Order: sequence, then C-alpha cells, then structure tokens
Amino acid sequence: MELFWLAISTIAIGVFGCVAWFWGSNMVLDTIYPPKGPNAGDNIRKANQIRPWLFLGPAILFLTMYLVYPVIDSLWRSLHNSTGSRFVGVDNYTWLLGDGKFRESMRNNMLWLLVVPALSTLFGLIAAQLTDRIRWGNIGKSLIFMPMAISFVGAGVIWKFIYEFRAEGETQIGLLNWIVTRLGGDPQIWLTLIPWNNFFLMIVLVWIQTGFAMVILSAALRGIPEETIEAAILDGASPLQVFMKIKVPQIMGTIAVVWTTITIVVLKVFDIVFVMTNGQWGTQVLANLMYDWMFRGSPDYGRGSAIAIVLMILVTPIMVWNIRNARKEVR
Amino acid sequence: MDGMAGQKSTLVWVVNICAFLLVLLWTIPTLGLFVSSFRDRDQIANSGWWQSFSAAEQTGFVRTGTDDDAVQEGGLYVIEGNVTEGDQTLVAWGTGARDPARFQPGDTTEIEDGWQLTVNADGSYRLTSPEPFEMRRGERIFTTTEVPPKFTTGNYQRVLTAEGLGRAFMNTLTVTIPATVIPILIAAFAAYALAWMEFPGRAILTAAVVGLLVVPLQVSLIPLLRLHNEIGIGKGYLGIWLAHTGFGLPLAVYLLRNYMVGLPREVIESARVDGATEFQIFRRIILPLSFPALASFAIFQFLWVWNDLLVATVFLGNTREQLVMTGVLRELMGSKGGEWEILATSAFISIAVPLIVFFAMQKYLVRGLLAGSVKGG
Repeated sequence: MELFWLAISTIAIGVFGCVAWFWGSNMVLDTIYPPKGPNAGDNIRKANQIRPWLFLGPAILFLTMYLVYPVIDSLWRSLHNSTGSRFVGVDNYTWLLGDGKFRESMRNNMLWLLVVPALSTLFGLIAAQLTDRIRWGNIGKSLIFMPMAISFVGAGVIWKFIYEFRAEGETQIGLLNWIVTRLGGDPQIWLTLIPWNNFFLMIVLVWIQTGFAMVILSAALRGIPEETIEAAILDGASPLQVFMKIKVPQIMGTIAVVWTTITIVVLKVFDIVFVMTNGQWGTQVLANLMYDWMFRGSPDYGRGSAIAIVLMILVTPIMVWNIRNARKEVR
Repeated sequence: MDGMAGQKSTLVWVVNICAFLLVLLWTIPTLGLFVSSFRDRDQIANSGWWQSFSAAEQTGFVRTGTDDDAVQEGGLYVIEGNVTEGDQTLVAWGTGARDPARFQPGDTTEIEDGWQLTVNADGSYRLTSPEPFEMRRGERIFTTTEVPPKFTTGNYQRVLTAEGLGRAFMNTLTVTIPATVIPILIAAFAAYALAWMEFPGRAILTAAVVGLLVVPLQVSLIPLLRLHNEIGIGKGYLGIWLAHTGFGLPLAVYLLRNYMVGLPREVIESARVDGATEFQIFRRIILPLSFPALASFAIFQFLWVWNDLLVATVFLGNTREQLVMTGVLRELMGSKGGEWEILATSAFISIAVPLIVFFAMQKYLVRGLLAGSVKGG
C-alpha cells in the first residue's frame, strides 16, 4: 500500500512538476516580453524565439543526460581500464578481438541478424497475405500479433516449456520432444544442442516479431493500387505471380523498414538468451556478454563499455539510413 | 479475382487452412502455458498439457497386505484391500513387472500353490489361500489407472503468496505507471515545438531524435548507473523512472511529432490569429486532437516498461522485496527449473496484464506502429 501511495505521489509530483515548468516558464516569458504595450511586436518576436526552447527544455535535458552523454561516457570508458582510473588506449578493443567469447558472440549476433529479420519478415508477409483474404482475418491477425505483448522473459518460459526434456522412455511433457518421439526419434536436450540451440533461441524472437511485421506489411499490401493487380490478373497472372511480381516489388520500401526495425531489436537481444541459456553452450550474444562483464564477479567497466560501443557501431549504419529517410520526408 | 469457380473455391480453402495452421502455430505456445498453469504438479510431470483434457493414464504398483491382515473365511485365508486411491479407475493390472497390464479388472489369476488373486474394476482385490499366508511383504499388484482431467487454481494462490509474486506485481505497477505518464507529458511539449514552432536548429533536432531512436540501451547502463550513484539517486524507483523516461523519449517525441505535423494547419493558424498563446493552443487544441497518438505511445511505453528486465535489473535493487515480475520469473527459472506449475503460473500472471492491455487497445497499438514505421522509417 505504501508503494501504491509512493507511485501515486510520484505521478502527481511528476505531472505537476511538468505542468508547472511549462506553464510557469511560459508565464515568466510573457511577463518579461508582454505581447502588448509599446513594444508588442518586438516582444512577441523575442518571446517566440525563446519559447520553443522552453517547450523542448526537459526533453533535451533527458535526451542529453540519458542517451547522448552515456554514448560519450561509454566511449571514454572503453579507452580506460576496468575502473576508469587509467588510460589504456585501444587495449580493450584489441583484447576483444582475441577473446573467444567475444568472437562467439559476434558470430551468433551475425547469425541472429541473418535469420531473425528474414524469417520474421517472411512469416509476416505470408501471414498478412493470408489473413487479408479470409473472413476471420482480424481474429487471426490478433492472435499472431499477440506475442508482441509478451515479455521476452515470459516468452522464454513459454518456449523453454516447449523444449523441455525428459529422459528417453519417460513421458515427454515438452511439445517438441513429444512430437519427435512420436515420429520415432530420440528426445533431445534442445537448448544444449550445439550449434542448433542458437536457432531454437532465434525461433522465440521470430515468434514475437512476426506479428509486428504482419501488421505493417498488411497495411502496405492494402495500400497497393487495385489497378496494378487487376491488370496483372487480366493478363493471366496466377495468384502466386500476382503476389511475387506485382505486390512484393511495390512494398519493397516497407519491407526494408520492417527489416531494419527488427534488425535493431535483434542487435540488442538480451533477455531471451539471458533467461534461457545465459550464453552457455555456444549461445552467447553481445548484449549478454556485456552484462557479464558489467555485473559478474568484479565488474570491468572498460571491457563492458567496449562491447557497448561495438553494439553502437553496429547500429550506426541503420541510424544514418533512418535519419536520411526522415530528412527526405521533411523536404 | 476471376478464374474458374472451382479453382477459386479450392484456393479459398487452401488459404483458410494455411491461415488456420499459421494461427495455431502462433497460439499453441501460449495456450500450453495457460493450460499448464491450471494443472496440478503431478499431472504436469506425468503427461503433456495437450493430453490434459482426456483422462490421464498412470502406472504403478501397490503391495497387498501380509499375514497380519489375513482373515479366515470358511476354510480360506483371505486378504482384502483396494489398489486405487482417490478418483482413479482401474484399467488393467498384472502381477509381474514384465507384463504389468496382463489382466482386465474382474479377472482372477493363480499366483502360486493355490493362491488366487482377483482385482475388480473398483480397485478392490481379494487374495485367497487354502493355507495360512507366510510372507513378510505383500504381493505386488501392478496397476494401470486412469485419472479424470483435473484443473485447479491452487497454483495461483501459491504463487501469489508464497513465491512473492503478489509483491512483485505491485512493484511492477509502481515502476510502470509513472514511467509511462511522465515521458508523455515531456514529449508532447517537445513534439509540438518540433512540429509547429519556427526556430533555428529544428531540422537538426528532429534528425537527432530519429537518430537517438536506435541507440542501444546497453550503451547507457554503465554511465547512468555511475551517474545515479554520484548524484545520490542510487538504485531505486526514482532512478528507474528517470531511466525509462529517458529511454522512452525518442520514440515518444518522434511518434507525437509525426502525428502533430499532420494536424490541420488552419486550426492552429486561426487560433494564433485570434491571439491564443502557444500554451493555450497546445492545451486546448493540440493535446485533445493528438489523443490517438498519445494513446499509441502510452501503450508502447506501458508494454515496454512492464516487460522490461534489463533496466529493472540494473537500476532497481535485486533483493526479493525489490524485484519486478520479470525479475522474479527469471529467478524462478533458475531456482525452480523443473517445477512447471510454478513457472507456468508465474509467467502467466506476468503476461496477463500486457495481454489485457493489448487486446483492449489493439487499435491504438496498430496505429502507432504504422505511424512509427511506414511514415517515418
């Protein structure tokens, strides 16, 4: 109950603080430069130069403190030793290049990067196309979209249950092993099955992200002008040809957007690996490796930051691409 | 679509079946968890959840009574008892491990020198012998029994109280609500400035917001943890609220700006001409009109904060009293790896609220996604 009041009062203070800032600062501005009297025009002009910064102030403060400053600080730390007391140049990075776990993480991240966006987009496209053509499509969409609302940790539990292993001869309570034994195979401990265990982890993220891809792609598919499709059908194109040669090329831009958005999620993937294998059995990924260096045993902030910076470098191309697209649109 | 009628209806069928399979594939994992959370421990361990709606078969053996339990009945020595317990029903039985289901209920068999054993459908058995029994341990009767499907809410009671999930639920709520409300306010003002005010540097700021959208959270962890320690916030609710506000802001500003740019120019211009201040325009016109976008972001942020594990682990303490639900779940996965009734129930509790929000507000979520990806990208 105490907690409840703490939360409520925080919201109250937070909301009140925000409103007070915006309202108060505006009022102060209007008092200093009153929009009437002899210099009204001049005052309004001056006030309008300052006002945007009052509106933007808190946002800029937060963005700088919580996103911009950390990037710079991480960069600085990655060039220092574990506690940040001594400058070590690029030692942390050269150490990374030689470290087995880092190489494993890079390899796995690249695998994730190839598999997850591709499969999610593919399944999303199939799901969009199928559900757009049936009567109960909206219910179907909701159900495929649903994993989006489930936490990575929750999804981890869900899928670990599916991969559950019981010794041969016992009743299999994991769905996958049950199917495998029914088909005459031997039960496997899927999560320790190097290198395939990586794919069993990826499936979890594909399961989550497909709904997202489906929603976006379905909207794009519906935006395709009818005439192009009708023309193709009149020319005798089969449904598959219409889909592959008319529809898909027209939504390439959206596919690219979906792909890059999922790519970002994949690069940062942490929770799934953290709770399902914790990077054991050859499944380590960058985000989890970084967490290890930050919190396990004696923290090494230098190496942890270096890994974070590697992540940052990996997302930079997408960042640049996004910014260029956004600017094109503004013009 | 034209083409021959026959072809068309086949195609419709194929599409329906494929869609059904796909939906099934995507639903089954969650369904399994949901069903399992209502099963009791023994049943989860003994059969797959997909078998939980039919009677479950169990095998085992019981021992008969010994000499002491024997009674004399007209020249025969008799031991009587029951091999089933609770709501089990007997399907088959046997006397040897090699063939444990050799006999049907009601059958009689001779074990050795005149000993007769009968086991009935209700589980009662009768072992008779013309001579007094001489055995220290009872005879083994192997049984195959069926248990009717059984569901319970006991797991939920146990998990909410004994495993501390009730407390974690409150913690999660405490983290989530302020972390959802505060960024909305801050972002709304900033978005309005970026969308409708003229000032130098607007384009660069907008681009910066787009850029910050993809900055990996991991980069922020070490610097912010140290910063929080240095300025005295330390680990706690305040820290995590601030952190989530910071991390959620780029998306909030971006979504809201994109939406506000699309609002009709005339309305805002005419309000300005009428002498409304920017603050009034914002409060009376922009905020009400932007409700769909505000709702979209609120859902995003709510789901994201509620489901987050990393930020909570780093910025909130890790004692039992401080854990959020994802944290408890993670701990349970480590400590109660095989106890699926606990794991399934806890997981379901932790995903129930997001699922409710998801299904209730799906419209806004989809709108937000479309605004965030198709338009901007």
